[in-house]
Amino acid sequence: MSGMQLSRDELLNAYRTMRTIRVFEDRVSAEMASGDIPGNTHLYAGQEASAVGVCFNLTSTDSIASTHRGHGHCIAKGCDVDGMMAEIFGKDTGICRGKGGSMHIADLSKGMIGANGIVGGGPPLACGAALTAQILGRDDVAVCFSGDGAINQGTTAESMNLAQIWKLPVIFAVEDNGFGEATAKSFVVAGEITKRAEALGMAHAMVDGVDFFAVHDAAQEAIARARRGEGPTLLHIETPRYYGHFSGDPDNYRTAEEKAAMRLERDCLTVFRRRVLEAKLLNESDLDAVDAEVQELIDGAVKAARAAPQPGLETLTTDVYVRYV
Amino acid sequence: MSVKSYRQALNEALHQEMARDPHVIVIGEDIAGGAGASGQQDAWGGAFGVTKGLLGAFGPARVRDTPISESAFVGAAVGAAATGLRPVAEIMFVDFLGVCFDQIFNQAAKFRYMFGGKAVTPFVLRATFGAGTRSASQHSQALYPIFTHIPGLKVVIPSSPYDAKGLLTQAIRDNDPVIFLENKLLYDTVGEVPDGPYVIPFGEANILREGSDVTIIAFGRMVHIAMDAANALAKEGIDCTVIDPRTTSPLDEDTILESAEETGRVVIVDEANPRCGMAADVSSIIAEKAFGALKAPIMKVTAPHTPVPYAPNLEAAYLPDATRVAAAARAAFTYGK
Amino acid sequence: MADTIQPITMPKWGMTMTEGRLASWLVQEGQQISQGQEFVEVETEKITNVVESLVSGNIRKIIVPEGATAPVGALLAVVAEPTVPDSEIEQFINSYADRAGKSDDETEGQAAPRVVAAGPHSLNILSIGDGDGQPAILVHGFGGDIGTWLFTQDALAQNRKVHIVDLPAHGGSAPSLEKGSVEELAAALLMAMDALSVEKAHLVGHSMGGAVALSLAQSAPGRVASLALIAPAGIGPEISSEYIEGFLNADRRKPMKDVLARLFASSEAMSAGMVENVLRFKRLDGVPEALGAIAANIAEQGKQKIDLKPALEGAGVPALVIWGEQDAVIPSSQATGLPAGVQVEIISNAGHMPMMEASSTVNRLLSSHLASADAK
Repeated sequence: MSGMQLSRDELLNAYRTMRTIRVFEDRVSAEMASGDIPGNTHLYAGQEASAVGVCFNLTSTDSIASTHRGHGHCIAKGCDVDGMMAEIFGKDTGICRGKGGSMHIADLSKGMIGANGIVGGGPPLACGAALTAQILGRDDVAVCFSGDGAINQGTTAESMNLAQIWKLPVIFAVEDNGFGEATAKSFVVAGEITKRAEALGMAHAMVDGVDFFAVHDAAQEAIARARRGEGPTLLHIETPRYYGHFSGDPDNYRTAEEKAAMRLERDCLTVFRRRVLEAKLLNESDLDAVDAEVQELIDGAVKAARAAPQPGLETLTTDVYVRYV
Repeated sequence: MSVKSYRQALNEALHQEMARDPHVIVIGEDIAGGAGASGQQDAWGGAFGVTKGLLGAFGPARVRDTPISESAFVGAAVGAAATGLRPVAEIMFVDFLGVCFDQIFNQAAKFRYMFGGKAVTPFVLRATFGAGTRSASQHSQALYPIFTHIPGLKVVIPSSPYDAKGLLTQAIRDNDPVIFLENKLLYDTVGEVPDGPYVIPFGEANILREGSDVTIIAFGRMVHIAMDAANALAKEGIDCTVIDPRTTSPLDEDTILESAEETGRVVIVDEANPRCGMAADVSSIIAEKAFGALKAPIMKVTAPHTPVPYAPNLEAAYLPDATRVAAAARAAFTYGK
Repeated sequence: MADTIQPITMPKWGMTMTEGRLASWLVQEGQQISQGQEFVEVETEKITNVVESLVSGNIRKIIVPEGATAPVGALLAVVAEPTVPDSEIEQFINSYADRAGKSDDETEGQAAPRVVAAGPHSLNILSIGDGDGQPAILVHGFGGDIGTWLFTQDALAQNRKVHIVDLPAHGGSAPSLEKGSVEELAAALLMAMDALSVEKAHLVGHSMGGAVALSLAQSAPGRVASLALIAPAGIGPEISSEYIEGFLNADRRKPMKDVLARLFASSEAMSAGMVENVLRFKRLDGVPEALGAIAANIAEQGKQKIDLKPALEGAGVPALVIWGEQDAVIPSSQATGLPAGVQVEIISNAGHMPMMEASSTVNRLLSSHLASADAK
């Protein structure tokens, strides 16, 4: 079923999730500037259609492995937004009790097996989640989100081979935002990314990451293939990165014109609105209502995070082991 | 109860735990051996024969030969552990950890802490270690101090067949990531091993002999060297306690300190290199917590600060032996007298 | 003249003992000793024990000094009358090295425990000795095993067959119990008697093993020739919950050492090896659960749940009760007020394990009890 055939509620949910990510990231950027967020963040704004388009096809027993730019994946997989914001503020009410921060948000009960501070850290782990499903005879799948930077890590190459020889139910969602940190993809990535899958005999597809519906449909097909036991797929999702590599990155390796054009021409929220309005699937007031609702959600999350206590010092030494001695 | 080799003891633990719990899987290079080839399946049973017979008993889904991609299969084992399995991954030589270390120390070791106590990662990494097989610098190291350094990992170094089975069973049932290191030269050593499953708790040192003159603390195969030295010293009238901590993380500090306080003279035997090794670590603990009881400097018997050499005479000189241990114990015993 | 020179050698206690450490000499060179006198203390990896002399005479030469370790069968000292010249003593010592090897051959032939199928149970049983006397069966206590009788078994096996049994879920016997009750253990012991074709036997039981013996005497009176009960459970109200709970909970050396120390009047009788043995047993899958079930059947909050005093009253066979005066597990006061005709012996300087701490006294008592019961 194509994304365009989704129900009204489903479409509103998809839009709400994308809008939540956008407002969350814009707000984190603003709060970073206030100096009250202790660590660093890597913002996902611009890439929302990718996370939401893929995760819309997943259930809570499916797993995703994420990246340092993980807030969008977390929200799309159902992580609690209040808990995420509190985590980023380093508070006791954080989703990881203030011990992980932006780069380590995880909620295993939701199948979110972790944002990851290591580029290329996720692919072997996603294979592992897929292996669990395969060995226990479940029809769950694992999605490995990674960037065009991670495509050059050995772990990615090794994991793709492993997934293909074992027919693991895993989807490599390569979010190509054109940059590995401050270096352009054109400078460091040889050949075409899909050809790397092709060389292994792995199914693959190029996807327009600005279009929720394109991502949704491509992911749906890949996930169905994985659930049928037919093995992995690589999705090469082209998507813009609105902010620099990290919050505070002056992002001066891109021209102001390029950045302005990107936000104007490649905004997945604008594209979504246009498509559902043209197809008369939703009307403008529905979408505006969602925008207002999301704004309130994020305001509340920030307010709660600011008011929350810091973790108690006694937690410094807890949770290293399930049981040590 | 019967006499079994260290290798058989490990194999029996794997068999019994795989039979007991369908979530236990074994994964690694050539752990069956022969997969996809024209000849025998389970041809090797692991590079050292420890996993022999598991393929036939439990099938290829749970006994997985892998490509030579340590990052991918070790990481997959970690990911599988975080999502419900109890994988036992094997890397042939601990030296190969260089190509998959991220998955061990940045991923497996840290999930629980950085996810706020919500992750459980029951992952076991088995690997061989140790010099003495003419395998030179990249197949002979004793790298357990590196793992011991990392919070979130547990590190096990069994020295006998009895300990090997009980500690591996505990490792598989444990809910934390465990690095389980087997000295290649111990595989054919034999000892009494119960036939049924049993567990030895981590952080519980084994006291192999009790004497009031000198405390010798030794790790892995060095335990045997320490015992040889202690037996020789007994004939000279020097009565040694020999302690095998069994696990370097957690470390049974109490047993070590209690004995150090009793004898006041301590020798630590460690096959690892001397800087930031277990000998250095344990001596710092004793110096800090039992300083008043010491009657002699803490003696360390370790490998030198060099890679492992190939030539037999050089390798023999590299490894601690009973003569060096006895000399150190004698020096500790006579110091200040 | 040489036959008046007598060797004193390192004893062998149990299958696994290969050497012993000479803890201390209680006599000096030149001193006269008599048969039965305690004269040397030997420490094995399992236990420290005082050895009684089998001979009388003068300690002419001590060969193994205190603190030294010597193999089983090694010459520890030489006893001879003062009239024997030193040169002959020297000659004897020098020639002894040739003879020492023989003890190895004896070890080879020594009986090993075997697993006997007894109904649903697989029981580890050591059978030794032979002779005209009625067979004896030795039954250990809660958490114990055949090692309990290390210093007892040889004395009793002089003129009879002795079967030393590991109860289900103990020692080398599988944890095959359904409920873990004393009746179930007694039924298992009866099945073992059937499997061993023992029609009638003297039952020697320690602690819970005493209760098992009493229960068997109650359910199958014709099968019991006599009862010898050492610190038995089942005939009084109190039992140490600290011991039972401690034993169940201890899974590491230190706490287990503290728990086992309660068994002895002097904790010096214990060694690291004994603690390690118990830990090895308790680490086996199924054992902690089985012991927990048994404990729950025996006692609750320091009170015994079984009353087998009627069994002792109605046994109708010779009965001996031995208690260590300083027993901290089951108080020796329970030895008072027992039915008439029961021989009661209280041993000073012993705790819950008098057959280890005062083995010579206990062996004498048991031997004469069995002999007189045989005669009836």
